[in-house]
Amino acid sequence: MSDISHPPRDGATPGKGWFESVGIGHLLLGFFLLVYPAMASDFFLTQIGGYSLILGMIALSLMLLAGYGGMVSLAQITVAGAAGYVVAIFGENNSGVYGFGWPWWVYGPLAILIASFASALIGWIAVRTEGIYTIMITLAVATACFYFAQQNYALFNGFPGYNGLRAPEVFGLNWRDPVPFYYLCLANAVVAYVAVLYGARSTFGLTLQAIRDNQRRMRSIGFDVTAHKVFAWWLAGLIAGAAGILLVWFNGRISPGTIAVGPSINILVIAIIGGLRHPIGPFLGAVIVTLMQTFAIDIIGAERFNTLIGMVFLVIVLISPDGILGLWERFKPRAGAEDWRSSLGTSAGKVENQGRKT
Amino acid sequence: MATNVAASRLEGTGANALELEGVGRRFGALTALSGINMRIAAGERRAVLGSNGAGKTTLFNTITGDFNPTSGTIRFFGEDITTLAAHERIRRGLRRTYQISQLFTNLTVLESVYLACRGVSRRRFSLLRPRASDGAMAQAESIVHAVHLDDDREVMVGTLSHGQQRQLEIALALAGAPRFILFDEPAAGLSPTERRDLIAILNALPRHIGYIIIEHDLDVALRVSEYVSMMHNGTLFTEGTPEEIENDPAVQEIYLGGGHG
Repeated sequence: MSDISHPPRDGATPGKGWFESVGIGHLLLGFFLLVYPAMASDFFLTQIGGYSLILGMIALSLMLLAGYGGMVSLAQITVAGAAGYVVAIFGENNSGVYGFGWPWWVYGPLAILIASFASALIGWIAVRTEGIYTIMITLAVATACFYFAQQNYALFNGFPGYNGLRAPEVFGLNWRDPVPFYYLCLANAVVAYVAVLYGARSTFGLTLQAIRDNQRRMRSIGFDVTAHKVFAWWLAGLIAGAAGILLVWFNGRISPGTIAVGPSINILVIAIIGGLRHPIGPFLGAVIVTLMQTFAIDIIGAERFNTLIGMVFLVIVLISPDGILGLWERFKPRAGAEDWRSSLGTSAGKVENQGRKT
Repeated sequence: MATNVAASRLEGTGANALELEGVGRRFGALTALSGINMRIAAGERRAVLGSNGAGKTTLFNTITGDFNPTSGTIRFFGEDITTLAAHERIRRGLRRTYQISQLFTNLTVLESVYLACRGVSRRRFSLLRPRASDGAMAQAESIVHAVHLDDDREVMVGTLSHGQQRQLEIALALAGAPRFILFDEPAAGLSPTERRDLIAILNALPRHIGYIIIEHDLDVALRVSEYVSMMHNGTLFTEGTPEEIENDPAVQEIYLGGGHG
């Protein structure tokens, strides 16, 4: 897995103006996402736009762990699900179980907090392992949580889970409506994306990448490797938790099916199709998988959908272990490449730059 | 200086940087180290020699906490560190380099040294990006300069030459305020010019920093050390000044080959 997890050096170099730091790619993308509601139908706005941003955020939490920390987790949907269940239990539901009706500004932060600590707990267990064993142990945790939620009626309401979860109304704006919901998802995704992009070059970000490269050396320069890794899991839990709230508002329900093994593998597929080199990758992967989920069923039939997504996954991984980002790196137009390098700067780009200097 | 060092070696715990008492390490049925007693004064520069498999690197690993000894006690400036976690020992001023470079291939030279400086400071955790005015960054720049890597400070570590990676190994050990450094074959694979560079770097270290150096190249080892310990089959075989060791017939037999000298 180490081959797929060698990310980024983004280009927000000190000394540049803000325009150069942000990069033309980010500005164009930001403009498109802002005006997207003006061109998209309600269906495209919510089912494609909103849903992609939510899945993208969950996959981003995986990218943070796998790309920067070298820890591939299959339990990210479990963390999102933890937040979802908190919303169902402390907010309102129409399943007749719990539903304390707390206001969103109480259960929202509570859900994110509980999800982040659940993530840190999973991380604390998983950081004792490396590589394929991290994948296996997180898969085991995800599977155990799925079965526990399915069989436990006292807390999780078992197989049916909770229905009737609704996004709240705030200042007369109904977040359940397509346009507000899209902007809510966009705002959350942008905050998470910018935080990860900035954090990658922070002292903690460098520490995490150095731990990925060489744990032993990190110990011998004074770092508590386990503590830093667990903290990375906690941060990833914040992102996955926020996405989990949006996910249950989007679905209107949560059940064990939401956190089953299928969806958890789906998150990994999204992250790898998009690429783990840069935080934009998970969102690209999410758009592709969402489009395929929505339209491929019409073309090849529902029962063949997994075959299709499996084949796309195989083809992308075979052609480019770095996903779509890796493909872009190989085939991008040479003119204007510098601009893209400054916004999507990658290690490959950096090496090329060095070559040119010498 | 040599007499001071020799005198302080015989003194009590306080003056010693490192004291090993009966240190042993077994791997299953294999005894890699047994009954090692060593006393190294603060500021002393010691070479550890021995053939391959003599237990030199295992000795380093038990001192730094890469793994704990199965018997014995290790004291660092009087404090028992036998069971401390590796990073806790580093924070007390112990440093090491590795025989095979252990570096961060996807970071730049400056970032690597910056992290090493942060790792031994109290402010090792921050969610903010390092500023140019950061004290650790300034320290990193001066260390990069001290190991002659100024021109490559922004270069990715993975693309450095072998010799430069060895220099960076040393740079990582110099971060913070080291009190004692363990150098594990720093000259391995270096060209004659790079070796001269290395000797210059070692001899330019501030006098209060002591070290142990494992080195197969006797020229290097004897030029940068005041006292020599010979290891053989996991035990301390003999100790002495570089001249004594060079002229010891038993040492010549085991390590240098019978015909030497």
